[in-house]
Amino acid sequence: MVFVIAEQRDRELRKPAKEALSLGRKMADELGCSMEAVIIGEGIGSLADEIASYGADKVYVVDNPFLKYYHPMAYARVIGDLVKEKQPKVVLMGGTQTGRDLLPRVAARVGAGIAPDCTGYRIDGDNIVAIRPAISGKVIVEIGFKSPIKMISIRPNAFPIAEPDTSKKAEVENIPFEPTDAEKKMVMKEFNIKSTGRPELTEAEIIVSGGRGMKGPENFAMLEELADLLGAAVGASRAAVDAGWRPQSDQVGQTGKTVSPKLYIAVGISGAIQHLAGMSSSKYIVAINKDPDAPIFNVADFGIVGDLFKVVPVLIERIKKEKGQA
Amino acid sequence: MKAICFVKSVPDTETRVKLAGDRLDKSEIKYILNPYDEFAVEEAVRKKEAGIVDEIVVVSMGPARAQEAIRSALAMGADRGVHIEDDSLDGSDAYATAKVLVEALKKEGGLDTFQLLMFGQRAIDGDTWTVPSMVAEMLGIPSVCNIVKLDIDGNKAVAVRMVEGGEEVFEVELPAVFAGRKGLNEPRYPSLPNIMKAKRKPINKYTLADLGIDAGTVGKAGSFTEVLKYELPPARQAGRKVEGEPEEVVEELIKFLKEEAKVL
Repeated sequence: MVFVIAEQRDRELRKPAKEALSLGRKMADELGCSMEAVIIGEGIGSLADEIASYGADKVYVVDNPFLKYYHPMAYARVIGDLVKEKQPKVVLMGGTQTGRDLLPRVAARVGAGIAPDCTGYRIDGDNIVAIRPAISGKVIVEIGFKSPIKMISIRPNAFPIAEPDTSKKAEVENIPFEPTDAEKKMVMKEFNIKSTGRPELTEAEIIVSGGRGMKGPENFAMLEELADLLGAAVGASRAAVDAGWRPQSDQVGQTGKTVSPKLYIAVGISGAIQHLAGMSSSKYIVAINKDPDAPIFNVADFGIVGDLFKVVPVLIERIKKEKGQA
Repeated sequence: MKAICFVKSVPDTETRVKLAGDRLDKSEIKYILNPYDEFAVEEAVRKKEAGIVDEIVVVSMGPARAQEAIRSALAMGADRGVHIEDDSLDGSDAYATAKVLVEALKKEGGLDTFQLLMFGQRAIDGDTWTVPSMVAEMLGIPSVCNIVKLDIDGNKAVAVRMVEGGEEVFEVELPAVFAGRKGLNEPRYPSLPNIMKAKRKPINKYTLADLGIDAGTVGKAGSFTEVLKYELPPARQAGRKVEGEPEEVVEELIKFLKEEAKVL
């Protein structure tokens, strides 16, 4: 059996959860086994139908006020105990902040191998080999498993979401839950949303990113305008973050986020090796930089050598025209 | 209270990775203290300066070069080191590593001695982000990873963890595991006198036998996963590069966005 941990936020399935469920169904078909999933939270029982639409044969629902927000210990115990009982071949989860925190805990509880942040896999007989970047994307490694249960988290945006089929139904089992004394030693007091209204950087299809060449925080307004026209997220290089122009959560690169969007537009970013490590797996890269020798051009599919302060405003007007907004 | 910081020696971020066959060519790699571990050590040192922590122990598992990572942490202000070195540890995966670190912690007095267990949120070589959570699970204690803020009051801590689109604020009872990221603090550059002082700080050395660990349960033999091979990522080809009047180059870009990237 392939077992998927489906993550929700505010009672909605997160995009990486849909990617994990879609991959789970595909893997189950390839391995010739069933796919089951678990969903945890408060008031989330109705998500079972949506999970079934991605092909789950059975859905375990753990619904309890204590579990409204992510709780590393309680989530790991409930899921770990389910995994121990069901002995799936594979446990899959989206490699979100929750996934990358929770899955190692589950692996430690169960005693199983883990391959985090995977971007590919291959089936080798009855076994699975996981493929993932390491050293911040500078190398790709193949991970083989020796444990009967294989834990895999997948990099957001690395695997496609299948078309849901609402005619599919799954068996639903409710799992009872009571917090332990140890678990009560930890509580989430607040969950502060800091929404920009734009997609999350690691999940975005398009990212518009700015660097030192932006010259100051005020000039990011035009990148935000460009991003909003494209439905994109706004990223930044380390130089722009260290200068205090952008929040740390926007940083792309070796000490920031690793992203794999369909399109990455680098504006005024020279392309230090640490930055390239964080975005080189983007499908298409566009660079705008006035220095024709900037290393970013070595990885860009399309490069414009020019003054970004002249090019970007023209680009914005041109895209507005394209979208019928001008 | 006492703090224990778990650190790792990793390739410098400037490293250009080379392969020898399907293995890493380590011959020209320069190693540094994992940058994320600096946030953990810095935070522990600040807690000591604030009178909350009275001793900081730095633990590293790895070959001889791990000593240099420990010395870097000692130069930042940690008090003493623990170095776990054993040929049988080679090839340890995250689970085996976590198991060894837990045994080293117990050897040094365990959770009766240490209330603050500090990690970097990830090591920049393996990039697995797994060991802090695994150690916490093995010990049955809370963990807050990827934190940008840590306040301690008595036996309680409030830690702020960065997640997609927001922050999770956790209150936990100590002992607990915390894993730091950029934003937690600004790690100091050790001064020359402190670097000299660090050379005289004690480092305990442990082998697997010292920790009572069977060599067959760690390393390549005892790990649940193994790296089968290393490959360089597909090299990106430099594409088209255009120069000219903004209107002209933008027109070409629009064509690229429509016909190739297909985002318009």
